[in-house]
Amino acid sequence: MSYDVAIIGAGVIGALTARELSKYRLNVALLEATNDVAMGASKANSGIVHAGFDAMPGTLKAELNVKGCAMMPELCKTLSVPYKNNGSLVVAFSEEEMETVKELYNRGIKNGVPHMKIIGKDELKAMEPNLADNVCGALDAQSAGIVCPYELTIAATENAVTNGVEFKRNCKVTAIDFNNGEFTLATTAGEVKAKYIIDAAGAHSDEIAKMIGDESVKLVIRRGEYFILDKAVGNTVSHTVFQCPTKMGKGILVSPTVDGNLLIGPTAEDIEDKDDTSTTPEGLKTVKTFSVKSCPSVSTRNAITSFSGLRAHPVSDDFILGPSKVNAQFIHASGIESPGLSSAPAIAEYLADIITKAMGGVEKNGSFNGVRHDVFRFRHATDEEKKAAIEKNPAYGRIICRCETITEGEIVDAIKAPAGARDVDGVKRRTRAGMGRCQGGFCGSKVVEILARELGTEVNTITKFGGKSNILFDKTK
Amino acid sequence: MLNYDLVVVGGGPAGMAAALKAKECGVEKIIILERAETLGGILEQCIHTGFGLHYFGEELSGPEYAAKFIAEVAETDIDVKTDTMVLDISETNLVTAVNKADGLLKIQAKAIVLAMGCRERPRGALEIAGTRASGIMTAGTAQKYVNIDGYMPGKKVVILGSGDIGLIMARRMTLEGAEVKVVCELMPYSGGLTRNIVQCLNDFNIPLRLSTTVVETHGKDRLEGVTIAQVDEHLQPIESTKEYIECDTLMLSVGLIPENELTKNVGIGIDRITNGAVVDEMRMTDHPGVFACGNVLHVHDLVDYVTLESQIAGEGAANYILGKGSKETVYVNTTTGNGVRYLVPQRVNIKNENDVKLYFRVGRIFKNAKVVLECDGEIISSKKKVKLAPGEMENVIIPAATLAKMTKDSSIVVRVEE
Amino acid sequence: MKKELTCVACPLGCSITVEYDGTEVYSVTGNTCKRGDAYARTEVVNPTRSLTSSVKVNGGIHPVVPVKSSCAVPKTLLFNCMKEINSVSVDAPVKLGQVIIKNILGTGADIVATNND
Repeated sequence: MSYDVAIIGAGVIGALTARELSKYRLNVALLEATNDVAMGASKANSGIVHAGFDAMPGTLKAELNVKGCAMMPELCKTLSVPYKNNGSLVVAFSEEEMETVKELYNRGIKNGVPHMKIIGKDELKAMEPNLADNVCGALDAQSAGIVCPYELTIAATENAVTNGVEFKRNCKVTAIDFNNGEFTLATTAGEVKAKYIIDAAGAHSDEIAKMIGDESVKLVIRRGEYFILDKAVGNTVSHTVFQCPTKMGKGILVSPTVDGNLLIGPTAEDIEDKDDTSTTPEGLKTVKTFSVKSCPSVSTRNAITSFSGLRAHPVSDDFILGPSKVNAQFIHASGIESPGLSSAPAIAEYLADIITKAMGGVEKNGSFNGVRHDVFRFRHATDEEKKAAIEKNPAYGRIICRCETITEGEIVDAIKAPAGARDVDGVKRRTRAGMGRCQGGFCGSKVVEILARELGTEVNTITKFGGKSNILFDKTK
Repeated sequence: MLNYDLVVVGGGPAGMAAALKAKECGVEKIIILERAETLGGILEQCIHTGFGLHYFGEELSGPEYAAKFIAEVAETDIDVKTDTMVLDISETNLVTAVNKADGLLKIQAKAIVLAMGCRERPRGALEIAGTRASGIMTAGTAQKYVNIDGYMPGKKVVILGSGDIGLIMARRMTLEGAEVKVVCELMPYSGGLTRNIVQCLNDFNIPLRLSTTVVETHGKDRLEGVTIAQVDEHLQPIESTKEYIECDTLMLSVGLIPENELTKNVGIGIDRITNGAVVDEMRMTDHPGVFACGNVLHVHDLVDYVTLESQIAGEGAANYILGKGSKETVYVNTTTGNGVRYLVPQRVNIKNENDVKLYFRVGRIFKNAKVVLECDGEIISSKKKVKLAPGEMENVIIPAATLAKMTKDSSIVVRVEE
Repeated sequence: MKKELTCVACPLGCSITVEYDGTEVYSVTGNTCKRGDAYARTEVVNPTRSLTSSVKVNGGIHPVVPVKSSCAVPKTLLFNCMKEINSVSVDAPVKLGQVIIKNILGTGADIVATNND
């Protein structure tokens, strides 16, 4: 099969770009090296939609962040993705830091960030009473929000597939050839031909670029560690609370999540191994120390889990977007570190624009439907809706995950969805089964059973997240 | 909407015993709501023996112990709905539940017995650094895989936590052909029964490393190993003692937490130490007509005690429904003295005309100590104990005669004297 | 000879002291019941353990049914008994109490089902 465009990497950038391209009459393939979408940086980041005052004026980061932040509420509504416009605060603990806050404000103005103001201690403490007593003031950016990054990726992929994009999982690109104006990609799932490539392979995008002889992508892999705290302390703050930024990033934040938990982190540590998403005792300690500085009441005694995520920091310090100097049909989408998630909707438009202009006069896809309806979520339904749903499908009456109240019906839906779940973590990200207090202690084995049944396979072939992450060995008898 | 005198939430040993006792006491319409496919609760996967010695005078396996109660329930007109999850209990004791066959159920209860049991503490609460590989699971989850589903969840196993489930699983995995490399325990003493250390670890030469914890997990897909380390007196890992152990499975047996989400939603008061409801001697919570018993109230080490406690709750619920029991209520709180971590019940109606048994756990190991019950400054009983350990639940009885002399300002203290 | 034991006969776990010489037991102290006495006497001479496991079920609700030895078997034979247990299967329906292996390895213990399936 020959495609017009092959997008490498089904993270939030790849997924939204695929959806954007499905608005046109193009054959698009979305190639993912692992067993699911959102398995890299899109799975494990802060989930913040930044207002856009961090990046230097004139950069792609500045332009696309402000634009993406403005697009996010409507996009999330269209795709039924949880988003909340909770606003952000950059908190200063000294007069010196108040200067930084002013600098950020001025930068924000230059970048075109709306609805910002600098507030003093009293107003700040009135807004967020759980902040430390030694705060001096803050930059209040009302356009900032929070979003679930993997749900956005999942929803975008689903919608792209519904609109004709072909999603290929476990399809790792190993080599790229270029002949007669067309690329031939050797992958772990067979050969793929495409006229254009969009390299959205995240931490591995430099390796992909090298496959066409483009050595220009220079990345440093930076790891961030986080804790998720129980919903019982989810309302410690209502805004996303940052400390003043350093050259390693935006520092440790304390933020509610769209699911009602509290998120603290990330650390910032440059690492060699591009897939090393382990947490470290030192990193977790750093998160604890710095989050307490903002909110003294935050305690990891309430932690339900910790995790780490990788971001591909570009040495150039700006997003790498656009045609390769080696081959103009190879489009870079690299170095998408923060504010990458915030910018993602704008990046997708930016990339689609490059492709359609380069191809010249691409017809619109008349049957494109950008709306993705949310699946039935038992826990959010009214009694009447629950009754009706169970009548239609009794599986909605069987609770599998007790902590989050997730039904068998929802799990089956997640497996059967376009680009649906194939492993336990995939079910978890789509339904929240196993994401609660017991972390899958009770429902884990049932999810494995349902996956095996729906996929028509033995339970010991079911994995946690693809690869060799099997959960069970042989039968005991 | 359905109407029942008594709704029992949970069909494990606690729920069944409470329902049967209430029936025996004359309650007419009783229903048990159980979220699993069968009655029996966690006993169904506890296929080892050691159950029933106190209550039945014979040593039974978990399913055998449960089967006796399941058979008894079947002989009564107690209604049972399995595969049914209770979603909510209202202020007015209206129970909302759901299952495949009935859809959304609304049941108005005169009284409710909470018997939801407990869950295991997961990894997240432990702050173990490292990868998120597969092969890290609680001992109870592993137990279900082996004993119910018939699959091996691991071949080379490290167990963190020496609670009874961890010890039992060490033996179970060994017998099924796995290699259990070590059992690590953060505390300087085991949280499990001594007999389980003997017959589950010592019998198979499985080392038990006290004051030791797992600090890091390794392996990207499946677990490949763990780093363990000894801890200092503040339970902090000692860097120089770090040691890598190759394994494909890490089982966690690091504590049980009563499952009180429903309880909390009703607004029932929770004891911060037991993580269960605050109850009186009939196991009634501070919400009239709502009782709690078994592991949802406080974690027991013997199911026999769960049964006995649940019978009290069943009788309490029956009294409440039928308007029997003590006519007057004057509560005196029970107070933990030296060495005692918690007491259940947390308060006693002194107008109750019977002896009241207080269950408790100690906070550390005591040798050749005395358990003292002191009421209004007077020592009521002082019992010698060769050994007291946090892993073993103890009890002491307040005689009815002592209660009869009390007033609302009285005190009830249990303490350990060395 | 004097030996300190922890009784495994029940969850109480009494600390028992046994005085013995070879196979002759002089005294058992520290036990709180008859079972403890019996345990201590066999433990120093020929230790035995009750064994629980599971047996494959053909056509049942679950793939395996739990089993136990009807009485304790010599500790040294535990793994040999496991081999026997792993080599058999039973057709559904299985009744609680049903004997699956009679007199396993001549120990006098039967392997019986401890649940229905």
